Amino acid sequence: MTSEISTYKRFSSICFVIFALFISLSFDLNASEPIEPETHGTVSDSSHAAGAHAAKAHDPNAPVDITSIALEHVADSHSWHLWGEGHDAVALPLPIILYSSTKGLQVFSSGRFEHGHASYNGYSLVEEKVISEDPTESIFDISITKNVTQMLFSAILLFFLFTSIAKSYKTQGVTSAPKGKQSFFEPLITFVRDDIAKGNIGHGSDKYVPYLLTVFFMILVNNVFGMIPIGANLTGNIAFTLVLSVATLIITNINGNKNYWSHIFLPHAPKAIWPILIPIEIVGILTKPFALMIRLFANMTAGHIIVISLVGLIFVFKSIYIAPVSVAFALFIDVLECLVAFLQAYVFTMLTALFIGSAVADHNEDGGHNDDDEKLVVKH
Amino acid sequence: MTGSIAAIGAGLAVIGAGIGIGQIGGHAMDAIARQPEATSKIQTAMIIAAALVEGVALFGVVVALMK
Amino acid sequence: MNLFISASLIEPAVGLIFWTTITFILLLILLGKFAWKPILNAIKTREEGIEKALASAESALNDMRELRANNDKILAEARNERDALIKEARDAKDAIINEAKSKAQKDADRILATAREQIINEKNAAVTELKNQVATLSIEIAEKILRSELSSDEKQKALVNNLMKDVNLN
Repeated sequence: MTSEISTYKRFSSICFVIFALFISLSFDLNASEPIEPETHGTVSDSSHAAGAHAAKAHDPNAPVDITSIALEHVADSHSWHLWGEGHDAVALPLPIILYSSTKGLQVFSSGRFEHGHASYNGYSLVEEKVISEDPTESIFDISITKNVTQMLFSAILLFFLFTSIAKSYKTQGVTSAPKGKQSFFEPLITFVRDDIAKGNIGHGSDKYVPYLLTVFFMILVNNVFGMIPIGANLTGNIAFTLVLSVATLIITNINGNKNYWSHIFLPHAPKAIWPILIPIEIVGILTKPFALMIRLFANMTAGHIIVISLVGLIFVFKSIYIAPVSVAFALFIDVLECLVAFLQAYVFTMLTALFIGSAVADHNEDGGHNDDDEKLVVKH
Repeated sequence: MTGSIAAIGAGLAVIGAGIGIGQIGGHAMDAIARQPEATSKIQTAMIIAAALVEGVALFGVVVALMK
Repeated sequence: MNLFISASLIEPAVGLIFWTTITFILLLILLGKFAWKPILNAIKTREEGIEKALASAESALNDMRELRANNDKILAEARNERDALIKEARDAKDAIINEAKSKAQKDADRILATAREQIINEKNAAVTELKNQVATLSIEIAEKILRSELSSDEKQKALVNNLMKDVNLN
């Protein structure tokens, strides 16, 4: 009975993946066909000057601008575009929240902008950016964009998922074997705890495990959501990775012990090169999380761009015969991206743990400095 | 890409990363062949190193995007 | 236009930073309190339970091993004892047999010695008797011979002559 259910689940998940791929392909097809003489246009098209845009849309032989489609695809948006193009476009308008220096807090639907074709209340949408028509007014756009929506959704999902798992430990008892989603997530949790946290931080790693787990699952879930065709590319957004890497930066430096700071400000090296070494070390504090930020952002964005570019080849060559090749390559990259989704979550978490580990590592056990420091002295 | 020089830059970055990851993968294979019992450790180290190299390459790609 | 979008890709949006910060901190706190803590505790408890069970199994195994070792020791001891007993018995048997043998030998020797002595004595007795009889017989024969030799005067004279012939009075 249970095996039947699991078989069904497996089947349904495979169906879902196929369906998702199908949707993604059809979506890309739709997104790239300049059939309609557009008045509304897509988000990216809206940036064109109206005349040039209309002319281009009328001309079926005009080259397809894959770059803009790809870039639009990975960028954040004020509406959640589901499918269709032009008049047929089905998009979910999302709330716009503005904090204006003159008008205070304002909340309204992004539908008011009519895809950038209308201005509302003295604001207009250009290039997915809300711009005030009053040059003296400065605005902070804290809208619930597509990425924010997905992030909130994923946060809620993670919360309910893991609290329900926590509950199942309580109801089933600790000694019984894990079941269902518990059995799927427990190895991941123990992996983060043992391999990532304990392996890189060592003694006293338990303190950081909740942070590492949160980061890991937040990135993982959003990586996976980003791969679902109508999902948002949240982990491929630099603002998101910026926040996560700043969190790592803060945690690393708050917990840095005497050794960590002395390594930066009092390096075991001749005093003559301190003026070079100390700035390098200080910059090093920042470059490590910066690399984290760029790595995740660039990996996810690059993956999305590659997939859409491969599919876009069909429209660049304007031939149906290129489609099998395109789709095969896109599928291959998609599968690779499945790996990358896990890998990047792992790498981000692992490097975070590594940085924390280097900050809290206790070199004083062997009296003063360790071998690395010794080597460093010799080298210099 | 509109800027061809940026594309060249991205391409160069990719060459570097390709060489780097190739070296890492090849040497990891060597190491695994020499010590099959240490496979999991080698793989972990390999993935970390590959991610670091890839990160550098992606810096290049990002710079190419910046223009 | 691409330029704008691609530039905006690496330009962090304030709104997203704002919401990410809030969401992430909230998620961290909430998950930390309601999910990670119970889950990690439960996993730890279970691991400790498993460890304890393993340790107790190990100790039970050790106990059993010890018991078995003890049993083996006792068995070995019993075996040794038995061997010792058997050896002792064998020794005793050998001793008895040897004793009996030597005694029998001695008896036999003694008997033989007495028998030999007796034989010698008998023989001596027989020889003595034989000698006596021979002496008697010889005397009788001599008497008879003498009687016959000295029966007449002539014969006595011849004898004396004969004897006188042998005696040289030098």
